[in-house]
Amino acid sequence: MTRWLLLRCLQAAVTLLLVAILLFCLMRLAPGDPLSRVSGEQQLTPGALAHLREQYGLDQPIARQLAIWLAGVVRGDLGASIEYGRPVTSLIAERLRASLLLGGTALLINFTLGLWLGAVQAVRRGTPVDRWLTAASLAGYATPSFWLGLVLAALVAVRWRLLPAAGMQNPLLASDAGPWVRGLDIADHLALPAATLVIVSIASTMRYQRRAMLEVLPLPYIVAARAKGLAESVVVRRHAWRNALFPVLSLAGLWLPILATGSVFVESVFAWPGLGSLAAGAVGTRDYPLLMGTALLVSSLIVLGGLLTDVAYGVLDPRIRWA
Amino acid sequence: MGLTGLPGTLIAGVWRQPSGRAALVTLGLIVAVALAGPPFLPNPAAQPDVLGQASLPPGSGHLLGTDPLSRDVLSRVVGGARVSLAVAGLAILVSVTIGAGVGLVAGYLGGAVDAVLMRLVDAALAIPRLFILLLLLAVWDHIPLGALILILGTTGWFGTSRLVRGEVLRLKQEAFVTGAEALGAGRARVMFRHLFPNTLGPLLVAATLGVGDVILLEAGLSFLGLGIQPPRPSWGGMIFDAKAELLTAPWTSIFPGLAIAATVLAVNLLGDALSGALDQRQS
Repeated sequence: MTRWLLLRCLQAAVTLLLVAILLFCLMRLAPGDPLSRVSGEQQLTPGALAHLREQYGLDQPIARQLAIWLAGVVRGDLGASIEYGRPVTSLIAERLRASLLLGGTALLINFTLGLWLGAVQAVRRGTPVDRWLTAASLAGYATPSFWLGLVLAALVAVRWRLLPAAGMQNPLLASDAGPWVRGLDIADHLALPAATLVIVSIASTMRYQRRAMLEVLPLPYIVAARAKGLAESVVVRRHAWRNALFPVLSLAGLWLPILATGSVFVESVFAWPGLGSLAAGAVGTRDYPLLMGTALLVSSLIVLGGLLTDVAYGVLDPRIRWA
Repeated sequence: MGLTGLPGTLIAGVWRQPSGRAALVTLGLIVAVALAGPPFLPNPAAQPDVLGQASLPPGSGHLLGTDPLSRDVLSRVVGGARVSLAVAGLAILVSVTIGAGVGLVAGYLGGAVDAVLMRLVDAALAIPRLFILLLLLAVWDHIPLGALILILGTTGWFGTSRLVRGEVLRLKQEAFVTGAEALGAGRARVMFRHLFPNTLGPLLVAATLGVGDVILLEAGLSFLGLGIQPPRPSWGGMIFDAKAELLTAPWTSIFPGLAIAATVLAVNLLGDALSGALDQRQS
């Protein structure tokens, strides 16, 4: 077990190192260097440009630049943002909480609602309920998140004035407002972006849960539970559901990229002050250090998520460790 | 197991499923309108009066209304369909080719080649594709269409290569492969003549589902101004342009959004139906 765990951790570390190298290569694939774009727009003198090149280490040979970037990554130093002139890590740290709040809320709703609906579909397979739930979730999956966000904001926020359309907090809120008022205010702002993310991502959870339940339901122990005279709801909730939960665990690896991608669009549309809108803004200003920093952080979270699911799997099911 | 009649059997298998039938009909309609529609529609590039017919509601000579620049929305949606479908189709061709090649080589040769390639694929899969695209596209002011297709294609093969590798690992043990090897077939011959045709089924499913992903990604990139460049129509770009008029002239952004959702839904349903047809054929 210890050996398996160590190997799996080593593998994750290698993946992270390769991610950092790949990101560097992607940045350098671009013609010219990051500053030549900026200088064209701001019309720097050649002297100022040379000075900036030196400051960002762009006058060094490529291999040296890669070494500097990797050494920085290991030390937790991702360089300075070109646009803001501040360390990328501190910019990310400021935005991380908002993104985790939005992503975490969306994930929680996705998980609870998706598992429940998927179980309902499996129990009532082949009925209109099953078919309509499949159709609705697939339609959500096919809908572009930015468009859905715009439509929801226009209807719910602007026309019906039920919820705020943008931001995370009401700037006009009294400064002496209590924690309850503040919390409710954030929840109001959270509702529409979180709903958008859930609608576009819930299909995969429902699908996996439905399939997992369908595999479990014909097994002998379920038949035995029924034969014991247990009510069908108890059989489903106490017996089938628990074992079907297991394969769904592996979905974490699937959601995280979907959520990261969705958050770029959803955060931009709703002006949510998180990492996604930070990255989208960095594209506009060609702020490469910032873009690479956010990409590295998101990828690390994905690698870490994969590692944690594998470990959870290994702890819960010994068969996996020997496979 | 050969290739004879594979397309025919698959289409029949898809048609047997209600969702597959709906997907085929919808996609057929979308492709037909995209291919044959433009000559019958007003040409958005030749507007006689730029402001006189701005933001007209649907009906009144313009079936889906006009946009703030007096352009016929239906023409633009159909034009966007041409661009979106062409971009997605070509990008998938690129990514499936690379993915199949890498998967065949890694799976068949095994050993160090496999280990190195798959570690790289692991790392590439850990970076969300959108972030790779943002890094690659940020340098361009106006990206040429060909470059956009190539970039979308070369960033989409990682999952496909894993899928093909898995199929190859399974097939490698089968008698028809060991037989070909015993008869003296070279590595390339075994890979491309014997293994490759047998991965076509799963590859087709992956390619179909991939088309849906690319359409959504391309729309998102165009919405961010990084994808298809105006004045060429694109669904994502139309939604971005009409953002401010969402309440006063909703038709300008509702229809392109519905076009994306309908196309992606049909493509994904077709992918599912194909996968169902393949399962049935095997059992």
